[in-house]
Amino acid sequence: MASLRAKRAVCVDSITELIGNTPLVRLHHVEAECPGVELWAKCEFCNPAGSVKDRAALFIIRKALANGDIRPGMRLLDSTSGNTGIAYAMVGAALGVPVTLVMPENVTVPRKQVTTAYGVEIIYSSPMEGSDGAIVLARELAEQHPDLYFYPDQYSNDANPGAHYATTAPEIWEQTGGKITHFVTGIGTSGTVVGTSRRLHELNPAIRCVAIQPDDSMHGLEGMKHLPSSLVPQIYDESVLDDTIWMSTDDGWDMSDRLAEEEGLFVGHSSGANVAGALKLGRQLAEKGERGLIVTILCDRGDRYFAPLKWEKHYVW
Amino acid sequence: MPTVRIPTPLRKFTQGNEEVSISGANVGEILTNLEAAHPGIRERICDDKGKVRRFVNIFVGDEDIRFLKNLETEVADNDEISIIPAIAGG
Repeated sequence: MASLRAKRAVCVDSITELIGNTPLVRLHHVEAECPGVELWAKCEFCNPAGSVKDRAALFIIRKALANGDIRPGMRLLDSTSGNTGIAYAMVGAALGVPVTLVMPENVTVPRKQVTTAYGVEIIYSSPMEGSDGAIVLARELAEQHPDLYFYPDQYSNDANPGAHYATTAPEIWEQTGGKITHFVTGIGTSGTVVGTSRRLHELNPAIRCVAIQPDDSMHGLEGMKHLPSSLVPQIYDESVLDDTIWMSTDDGWDMSDRLAEEEGLFVGHSSGANVAGALKLGRQLAEKGERGLIVTILCDRGDRYFAPLKWEKHYVW
Repeated sequence: MPTVRIPTPLRKFTQGNEEVSISGANVGEILTNLEAAHPGIRERICDDKGKVRRFVNIFVGDEDIRFLKNLETEVADNDEISIIPAIAGG
C-alpha cells in the first residue's frame, strides 16, 4: 500500500518543532467553478495547537527569550481573540514561559477551555468592545505592572509577520514549485498576509497578493478584522498588498459549509472566507480566459467553534 | 425602561452611547423602537426578512434569545439587552 502522507519529521525534541511545514491541499470541487485555475489551501490546522497562529506565537516568544524580555517572575501578557492565545499557551507551556491572556468575554467556550488546559491565566475584557477592547485592557495592564508583564503585542510585533516571511512564504513557494500566481488571505492581525506577501513578492514580483476584510464593521467572520472601523495594527503594511477583497459574512459562512461537505475540510469561518475570496479571484481569471494557481490559508478547524451557547451552561465537559 | 447595550460597531447610530433606554415588551418591539430612535441600526442586526442575522447574538440578561423565544422573548422593565457581534482578529 502506498504511504498515507508525505514524509514529515516524526521524532522531534519539542512540540514547537512540529510548527510549520503544513501540507497544501488542492480544492478540486471548488475550483471546478473556475476552469483553468488551480485552488490550493495551506492546512494550518495541522499545526500542533491547531491554527496558523502557532507560527507567530513561536517567533514572538523566541524573540522575547532571545532579548531577555521575560525575566524570572515575569509573565507574557497579550490580547487575543482566541487562536493566538491558544498558540501562546502551547508554546509558553513547552518553553516554560508563564502566559496571561486578555480576551473578550464572548470568545467561544472551546477557546477558553483549551487555553485553560495549558495552564494560562485569562483576564476577560468587555464583550461589547470586541478585540479592540482586549487590546486596550492589555495595554493598561502592561503599563500598570511593568515588572510583572512583558507585553509583546502581536499587532505591533515584527516577529508576527516575520514568522510568515521566514516560513509560510518559502513553504508555499516550494510546495507549488514556484508556480503560485496569487496569494489571498484574510486580515486578523495582518501578520499572515503581510509577512507572506512581502516574501512572495521578493521571490516573484508578478505574484498578486490580495487581502480579505469583512465588508462591514458588524460581521461574523470571527478572527477577521474590518480595518476601517478598528485599531489598525502597526504591522499592517498596505504596500505589500496588490488588492483587498471585501467579504460578506454569509459568503464566508456558506463556503465553510461547502468545504466540509464537498472537500472534507471542516474548517472555521475565516477559512471559509479565505476560500470564498480565492474562488472570487479564480472566477475573475477564468472569465478572462487566464490560467492561475491561487493559494489561500485554512486558519483552523471547525470544531474550535462548537459549543452552542445553550449547552455550555449545562454541560460539564 | 429596558436598557440596550450597544457594541462598538453600532455606536455610530447611537451618538457613541454604550447604552440606550428603549421601551418594549419583547425583543422584537425593542428592535422596532430602537430603529425609530436610531434609524439605520436595525438592518445591521436583522436581515431582509426581519430575522436576527445568524452572526449576531442578542441576550436578555445572560440568556441568548435563540434559546428562548427569539424576537418574541419577553422583556421586563429592568432587563438589560445585549447585542453582541463576533470577535475580530488575532
